[in-house]
Amino acid sequence: MIQQEIHEILAATFPEAILGATLEGVHDPSVQVAPDHIVEVARFLRDDDRFQFDTLMCLSGMDFTGGKLGVVYHLHSIAKSHKLTLKIEVPVEDPRCQSVESVWKTANWHEREAYDLIGVVFDGHPDLRRILLPYDWDGHPLRKDYQVPEFYNGMKVPY
Amino acid sequence: MKEFLLEALSNEILVYSLMAIVPLLWVIPFALFAVWWERKISAHMQDRLGPMRTGSWHGWAQTIADILKLIQKEDIIASAADRRLFKLAPYVVFAGSYATYAAIPFSSAYVGSELNIGIFYIIAVSSIVVIGLLMAGWASNNKWSLLGAMRSAAQIVSYEVPVALSILAVIMVAGTLDMQAINEAQSGPFWNWFVFQKFPFLFFGAAIYIVSSLAEVNRTPFDIPEAESELVGGYHTEYGGMRFALLFLSEYANMFAVSAVATTLFFGGWNSPLGDVLSGPWWGAFWFLSKGMAFIFVQMWLRWTLPRLRVDQLMYVAWKVMIPFSFVVMFGVGLWIMLAS
Amino acid sequence: MTEPFVHDLAPARPPTIPGLGRPLRDHEMVISMGPQHPSTHGVLRLELVVDGEIVVDVIPHMGYLHRCFEKHCEHMANYQQVIPYVDRMDYVAAMNMEFGYVVAAEKLLGIRVPERVEYIRVIMAELSRIVSHLIAIGTYGMDIGAFTPFLYCMRDREHVLDIFERACGARLLYNYMWVGGLSHDVPVDFAERVKAFCRYFRPNIKELNDLLSHNKIFIERTANVGVLPQEVAINYACSGPILRGSGVKWDLRKNDPYSVYDRFDFDIPVGRGEHGTVGDCWDRYMVRVREMEQCLNIIEQAVDQLPEGNVQEAIPKRVRPPKGELYLRTESPKGELGYYLVSDGTPSPFRVKVKSPCFVNLSALPAISRGAMIADIVAILGSIDIVLGEVDR
Repeated sequence: MIQQEIHEILAATFPEAILGATLEGVHDPSVQVAPDHIVEVARFLRDDDRFQFDTLMCLSGMDFTGGKLGVVYHLHSIAKSHKLTLKIEVPVEDPRCQSVESVWKTANWHEREAYDLIGVVFDGHPDLRRILLPYDWDGHPLRKDYQVPEFYNGMKVPY
Repeated sequence: MKEFLLEALSNEILVYSLMAIVPLLWVIPFALFAVWWERKISAHMQDRLGPMRTGSWHGWAQTIADILKLIQKEDIIASAADRRLFKLAPYVVFAGSYATYAAIPFSSAYVGSELNIGIFYIIAVSSIVVIGLLMAGWASNNKWSLLGAMRSAAQIVSYEVPVALSILAVIMVAGTLDMQAINEAQSGPFWNWFVFQKFPFLFFGAAIYIVSSLAEVNRTPFDIPEAESELVGGYHTEYGGMRFALLFLSEYANMFAVSAVATTLFFGGWNSPLGDVLSGPWWGAFWFLSKGMAFIFVQMWLRWTLPRLRVDQLMYVAWKVMIPFSFVVMFGVGLWIMLAS
Repeated sequence: MTEPFVHDLAPARPPTIPGLGRPLRDHEMVISMGPQHPSTHGVLRLELVVDGEIVVDVIPHMGYLHRCFEKHCEHMANYQQVIPYVDRMDYVAAMNMEFGYVVAAEKLLGIRVPERVEYIRVIMAELSRIVSHLIAIGTYGMDIGAFTPFLYCMRDREHVLDIFERACGARLLYNYMWVGGLSHDVPVDFAERVKAFCRYFRPNIKELNDLLSHNKIFIERTANVGVLPQEVAINYACSGPILRGSGVKWDLRKNDPYSVYDRFDFDIPVGRGEHGTVGDCWDRYMVRVREMEQCLNIIEQAVDQLPEGNVQEAIPKRVRPPKGELYLRTESPKGELGYYLVSDGTPSPFRVKVKSPCFVNLSALPAISRGAMIADIVAILGSIDIVLGEVDR
């Protein structure tokens, strides 16, 4: 399948960036990428003539329980009509990874949302602020161990 | 009417005050009626019913109920607003609209003040409305109101030029600035009306006047200053209660004033369309008011049909379309008169 | 050497405007098209940095309608209980939201639904698409200043809402499509009513075109305004009428079909720049109008082919979902709606991430509105057609 081919080419081109792949027995074959190499992999996937992944369909922040956060990228090519999933994992103590905003502009708001709700920090993002929650909110709600704060600006939060 | 009152009362100041109040006796009931009428017209054009319940028949008491509600409202002025200008603005707007009624003849027996520069006075004094709008927008201390007021000032001042030029064409034909004399010059059957004279120039002059007067009164498609969906309310955003009611009343007064001027200059004023049949002082008032209401209906009709122009497109229409055409009309009429004599 | 004199009257300005990236210049002003505004289609705050009437930058602020949809999903007892929450995202086209979710959930759980369910779902989704486009067109006309088409669109929408009410009891938020089937079968007169609606509605599209689409003032307000070039649209992952308005012939119902869409014959309208540049507001608006006609085609074909069956036979009583994850996208009226479902083997979902088309389309707004006038911002925002429930979830 095409995702198998893509994984082989990626592993050959960026040996230290590709950490593994899950290709069989899943609905969406995925490739595991190292957090600080995601931009070059993304740019290669977008610009290479065989792949032409011109659309980032979805960028989801994830809380893989067990002290790990992550980001899942779903890519799609309008020109070639194939899909690919990329996954990265970051530790919760230092949740930094590179921003792919320079590759696909749509990642701008998706990364802001991932930062807002999960707490993954994207290096190289031009304007990393919260997007859905108020700008002075504390905490990252979509984490599994999130506790709702008692007060926000003097207002009682749980009701 | 003036002579009749002078004989009856023989106190000149009282007589002149009564003469000045007569248009108010028309304007205020007309505004109440026009608000109801607009709601009904808009409703039926939009495939719905409009007010149906206030009062027994088709909600005729709706505007009265609205006025009662507005009177009871709390008078809120924003803390950072310029209080004196804020309070003064609606009165200036109303004064500018109402002062034009001094020179408009409602019938052969009544004209508020016999000015022999009637139409010139009307054009001049209706510009006071702009000052009122700018005061309202500035004093609200609200960026949106200020934008609305600035756009309104630009629009009204620009459209005064085609208005004045098309009126100039009529003055050339009539030979006088006096409104009563212009009315008398159109006596007879309806083909004596100025809209059909010097065909086709005055016909296009009438069209230019009617469109430009829409811009003078801030009606769609020129209602940028109060564009609801862009500026919330434009210059009257911060106004509530009776102040808002006064601004609203002056808008309808202004609408009728420009309709009345269009009627007088182009469509025969208080003359009956059938010549001598159904004419006389009281019939004259009836014909005048009916023609004015017909123009009001057209203005309301256009409001609910057309989208609105963006402000730069509006200015484009004024300066690059209306003014050249009104120059053509004016030169055409002038040339015709010169060659005919 | 004397110190330079610092003017005391100069007001202190904030060093940088967040979102703009630089301090304000002297001739610029910040206006807030604030959360309460007649044209922002919900609670959205657009901070406009203007130079007179020209907009230098648009900084959107959202989150006023954030209701923690994704967090709620993780605490639901099973996948069925998520459906009322899904309705409430794009409340204007709730059937399409449900459709996307149930198709994704059924694929994840490995459930096959009867044919009758598929056809009814398609009919409901297309009716919902018509409803959503009617609202988009009506409110767009109102933003431009034409008040009457809005009421004509609402009048036509009432007919569709009557059909929905007869089927599931609700006019706006349905809870109708369940994982594995539907909550109720359609009433006995459903087919006649739907056909009657199609016959009634087709001439109304022509009336709408005469009144609004081909009106000279409307064209002047929307043609050549907010042009979105193709490459920019693809890079911003815009989808739906926005992408098709820029000339890209891409519709998930044809290019990546789901449910039974591959059995119907319909066309994909694409913006061609008839009154201006390809990808301007008029093109996006016209794509929606033409899509409504195509929806009528799909509905008529589906009603003709509607098979018999039991709509509730495949609804699972008790489900132990397999571990796995899935991203599935469907074509909602606003664009490409994606659901990323992650299951960890427990009955309740581990993660439900919604890729909301309005959220993504709105991110393109600052890029296409620099240099426009304030009145144009209203026109561009209306042509992007957002519903804040979906933007904020």
